[in-house]
Amino acid sequence: MSFQINKLYYGDYGESKNGAADISTNQTNTAEWPLWEVFIRSKQGLDHKHAGSLHAADAAMAIENARDVYTRRMEGVSIWVVESKYIHASNPDEAGSLYDPANDKAYRHPTFYHLPEEVKYM
Amino acid sequence: MEQAFEQIFQDKIDREVRIEPKDWMPEKYRQTLIRQISQHAHSEIIGMLPEGNWITRAPSLRRKAILLAKVQDEAGHGLYLYSAAETLGISRDQMYDQLHTGKAKYSSIFNYPTLSWADMGVVGWLVDGAAIMNQVPLCRSSFGPYARAMVRVCKEESFHQRQGFEILYVLSKGTEAQRRMAQDAINRWWWPSLMMFGPKDDESPNSIQSMKWKIKRFSNDELRQKFVDVCAEQVKVLGFTLPDKDLKWNEERGHYDFGPINWDEFWQVVQGNGPCNKERLDARKKAWEEGAWVRDAALAYANKKAKQKQAAA
Ligand SMILES: [Fe+2]
Ligand SMILES: [Fe+2]
Repeated sequence: MSFQINKLYYGDYGESKNGAADISTNQTNTAEWPLWEVFIRSKQGLDHKHAGSLHAADAAMAIENARDVYTRRMEGVSIWVVESKYIHASNPDEAGSLYDPANDKAYRHPTFYHLPEEVKYM
Repeated sequence: MEQAFEQIFQDKIDREVRIEPKDWMPEKYRQTLIRQISQHAHSEIIGMLPEGNWITRAPSLRRKAILLAKVQDEAGHGLYLYSAAETLGISRDQMYDQLHTGKAKYSSIFNYPTLSWADMGVVGWLVDGAAIMNQVPLCRSSFGPYARAMVRVCKEESFHQRQGFEILYVLSKGTEAQRRMAQDAINRWWWPSLMMFGPKDDESPNSIQSMKWKIKRFSNDELRQKFVDVCAEQVKVLGFTLPDKDLKWNEERGHYDFGPINWDEFWQVVQGNGPCNKERLDARKKAWEEGAWVRDAALAYANKKAKQKQAAA
C-alpha cells in the first residue's frame, strides 16, 4: 500500500518531512519509569473510571502525578493506580466467541415479556 | 488473511466504530497515528516555552496565576497525548529521543518569539484559537485513545482562548502605548497562525486513504477559511486590525477573502530556520538532561523500597 497522508495536524508535517513513526529501534530502556493506569472516582457514589495512564517511579508518585494530570479541575474525589503490566485484558480477536453465550438470550431483558395492559407498576 | 482483516477494519471505520490499541490495524495506520499523535504531543510540550517566558513577568498576580494554569494545562495535554501514542507500541523515551534529535517535528508556530506581554493575549486568542479549530474534529478520530485524549484537551482549551482575548480586550481599553503594543503583537502572529493549518489543499493532495480511514475529516483550507472568518469579526470587537490589505468580505462566497500566505517562510521554519528553533530545542534538551538525576534517584528509591518490602515479607 503506498500513499501519503498530507493533513497536517498541529505539528505534524506529514511523511515527507521526517515522519517519526519508526519504532523499529525498540531499545528497552531500564531507566524509564514504569507505566501506570489511572482510575478516578468523579464523585462520591460513582464507580472509579479509567482516566488514562502515566509514568511514575512508585505508587505514591503515580497518585500524586495522577492528581496533577487528571484532576486539575476537581474531576475526582478518589484515585486508583495500578501498574499497567498487571492489567489482564480479554483478547479483542476472540470477542465473537467470548460474548457469544449472551447473544441469544433475549429473555434476560424485561422487554421480552408481554403482560396485559391492566398490570400496573411492573 | 491480511485482506480479510483489512476488510473488517475498514468496515469498523465506516460504521464509526472506534479502533482500540489491541485491535488489528494496518501497519500504515499505526505508523501514521504514532507520527501524528507524538508530534502533536511534542507541540504541546514545546508550546509551553513561549508562554513560560512571561510567567515571572506577568503584570498582576491574577494574570500570573492564569498563565501558570494555562501552561500547566499544556503540559497535561502533552502527557495525555504521549500516553495515547504509547498504546501503539512506542515508548515515552523513544518519543523524547525523536524530539531531541530533531527526527520528530512540532508545530512551527512555537518557533516564534514572545516579545511583549501582548503576545500572551495574541497567543491565547490566535494560536490556541487555531489549535482548537484543528483539534475539535480530532475528538472524532477513528483511534479511541486519541479521540478520548482530544475530548479532554478540547474541554480545557476554551479557557486558553478566552483568557487571551481578555488580555487583548483590556489592552484595547488602555493607553495609546498599550494599544500599539497589542496591535504589534497581532501583526506579528497573524500570518504564522494561518500557517498552523498547513499547506494549501492543492499543494497537499489529500489521499483517498486518509479520508477513508477517518484520520482526516476536514481539509486544511476549509479550516483556515473558518478561522479567518471568525477572527475577522472578533478583531472588530477589539478595535484592532488584521495585517492583511486583501482581507475583504466576499458576499458571493459568504466568506472573507484574504491575501497570499508566505509558504517559503513556513517551510523555512519547519526545516529548522525559524527565529527560535534552536532556542526551543536547546531548552527542551537542557530540561531533559538536567532532570536525569531526578529520574534516576526516584527509580533507585522505588527499587530500594520494593526490596525492603520484599525482605520484610
Ligand atoms: Fe493544548
Ligand atoms: Fe492551549
